[in-house]
Amino acid sequence: MSATTTNLNNKANGNSAPPVRKRNSLAKGKLPKWAIWAIAAGSIVLGAAASTLTGFNVASFAIYSAIIFLIAASVITTVVEGKRRGKNAMWTYLIYAAFIVALIPLASVLYTVLQKGLPGINSHFLFSSMNGVTGAVDNQTVANGEPVIGGAYHAVMGTLLITLWATLISVPVGMLTAVYLVEYGQGKALSKAITFFVDVMTGIPSIVAGLFAAALFGIILGPNARMGIVAAVALSVLMIPTVVRSTEEMLKIVPNELREASFALGVRRWRTILKVVIPTAISGIASGVTLAIARVIGETAPILVTAGIASNINLNVFANWMSTLPTFIYYQILTPTSPTNVDPSVQRAWAAALLLILMVMALNLIARLVASIFAPKKGR
Amino acid sequence: MAKRIDVNDLNVYYSKFLAVEGVSINIEPKSVTAFIGPSGCGKSTFLRTLNRMHEVIPGGRVEGQVLLDGDDLYGAGVDPVTVRSQIGMVFQRPNPFPTMSIKDNVLAGVKLNGTKISRSDADDLVEKSLRGANLWNEVKDRLDKPGSGLSGGQQQRLCIARTIAVKPDVILMDEPCSALDPISTLAIEDLINELKSDYTVVIVTHNMQQAARVSDKTAFFNIAGTGKPGKLIEFNDTTAIFSNPEQKATEDYVSGRFG
Ligand SMILES: Nc1ncnc2c1ncn2[C@@H]1O[C@H](COP(=O)(O)OP(=O)(O)OP(=O)(O)O)[C@@H](O)[C@H]1O
Ligand SMILES: [Mg+2]
Repeated sequence: MSATTTNLNNKANGNSAPPVRKRNSLAKGKLPKWAIWAIAAGSIVLGAAASTLTGFNVASFAIYSAIIFLIAASVITTVVEGKRRGKNAMWTYLIYAAFIVALIPLASVLYTVLQKGLPGINSHFLFSSMNGVTGAVDNQTVANGEPVIGGAYHAVMGTLLITLWATLISVPVGMLTAVYLVEYGQGKALSKAITFFVDVMTGIPSIVAGLFAAALFGIILGPNARMGIVAAVALSVLMIPTVVRSTEEMLKIVPNELREASFALGVRRWRTILKVVIPTAISGIASGVTLAIARVIGETAPILVTAGIASNINLNVFANWMSTLPTFIYYQILTPTSPTNVDPSVQRAWAAALLLILMVMALNLIARLVASIFAPKKGR
Repeated sequence: MAKRIDVNDLNVYYSKFLAVEGVSINIEPKSVTAFIGPSGCGKSTFLRTLNRMHEVIPGGRVEGQVLLDGDDLYGAGVDPVTVRSQIGMVFQRPNPFPTMSIKDNVLAGVKLNGTKISRSDADDLVEKSLRGANLWNEVKDRLDKPGSGLSGGQQQRLCIARTIAVKPDVILMDEPCSALDPISTLAIEDLINELKSDYTVVIVTHNMQQAARVSDKTAFFNIAGTGKPGKLIEFNDTTAIFSNPEQKATEDYVSGRFG
């Protein structure tokens, strides 16, 4: 069988080959390109048949087809191309399968959020708050079939402000800690203690961080001191360990040669760190920070206990309650504005969820952009 | 302005490990001194004590005296930063700063220290240093391109330019040609010959011919066995070391009869 395929191949390529051509002894039998598609088509047909036997549904159809394809493709490749290539084919297709399985939840989340969130996204939703939107308003819009009133502007601004302040707190603290750990504290007892506590901090449940911040400000400002900055402190408790860890890793991979080169020029240690080490590592640090932001931007529980919930626009993090997108979603779903007509609230919640996902995606894109802008320059 | 270096009975440690023992050597200004010896005998370690780079390594310390024109580098109250700005160093592997352009690499010693320098002075310094390192003609059209885009030999000459831009009195080089091709090696050897007229140069090399070609004096270091400290065996004019050494060990090493 293998010989036949080789001959076919040789014939197909014959036009371009020199006239008197010995058979290439290095070339082994190889499946033609179309074969894999034929196997795929066959597997789908067989998969459909098998699925129909047990009462057709999409899931079993996909699973049966995939299994049949995997077995058929690896067996046929083994027979035609040999054992090694057969194994290679099997693992290749297994890895593709794993990739597709991993993508399914992501795709379905995106699909659901887009499907349910898009109808609620309009300029009214983006640029107005929930101020004055009561159950009666919702009941009326539903009764009259009018577009939903009330938006998430206050929550978007709350998310942006609280995350901004959390970043302003955690980046300096986290970066300085990492600089100490890598550049000054090597092998010292203090740096071992810091590393230990940073590890412990990484595991703190977010609600505990929220309670901590609330309690801390409670001591200073009295109970019920809820405002944006308290939430920012809670979030920075969650962010700092991530920033420390990622900065530390990035500083560690800066080659020691660069530090020595700088020292040998008579440059002081702190200047070396500031002007050689950190610039070399900045792209990694920046993307680490952005990912840390992306992690805390969706926190709900610590915000509820620190900044409360608000339906009006509040741009001052130092006074009064604030909403963020996650708490907005939580409240719209848990306590719909109109208990009898929940549809407007559900629509607002999904639209806010879509906004939140878009914000996180934008952050990830920014992280890549920042990384490529700061990356050490290459080329001539 | 070249200066002389006198070392008196220097011991060099890594924590408790004595790596180099009892070295005394006098290095003349405006001369090239080569350090040769088998791997692990402490040439790099000793070289790095000459500009206080040794103590950058955790646990690194020395006993003894190193005098730069009579001033003890290790005296009380001496700032290692001052020492390093007077005694420059070129490393085995070229290490230009990846975030900086060719020009900024040359100016690194000035800029990293935050010293203000006018545009025209900076341009002059860049040209002079790059000419001094025989690199000007190759890079004058792309001074703003990254230094990491140069070939290995060009990068090494860039590192030399960077070192001479801070106008040191002494230049230390640790196997500066070991990562380079023969042509770049020749370029750097020529350069060392030129540097001699302004600087005191100390070079570590594994290449006997190179030591013979570039140096006025040669120091042979050796080690009695693993875990033993390295010692200075013989220090003399290069011609003497290579033609009629006083010590048996030196003769064995330079004639290639070494283990
Ligand atoms: N960072 C360090 N910590 C501990 N010991 C070290 C360190 N660096 C070097 N040593 C030890 O010091 C001794 C001398 O090493 P050194 O690097 O000076 O040798 P060398 O003569 O430069 O060798 P080579 O020719 O291979 O470069 C060796 O025994 C080495 O193991
Ligand atoms: Mg060495």
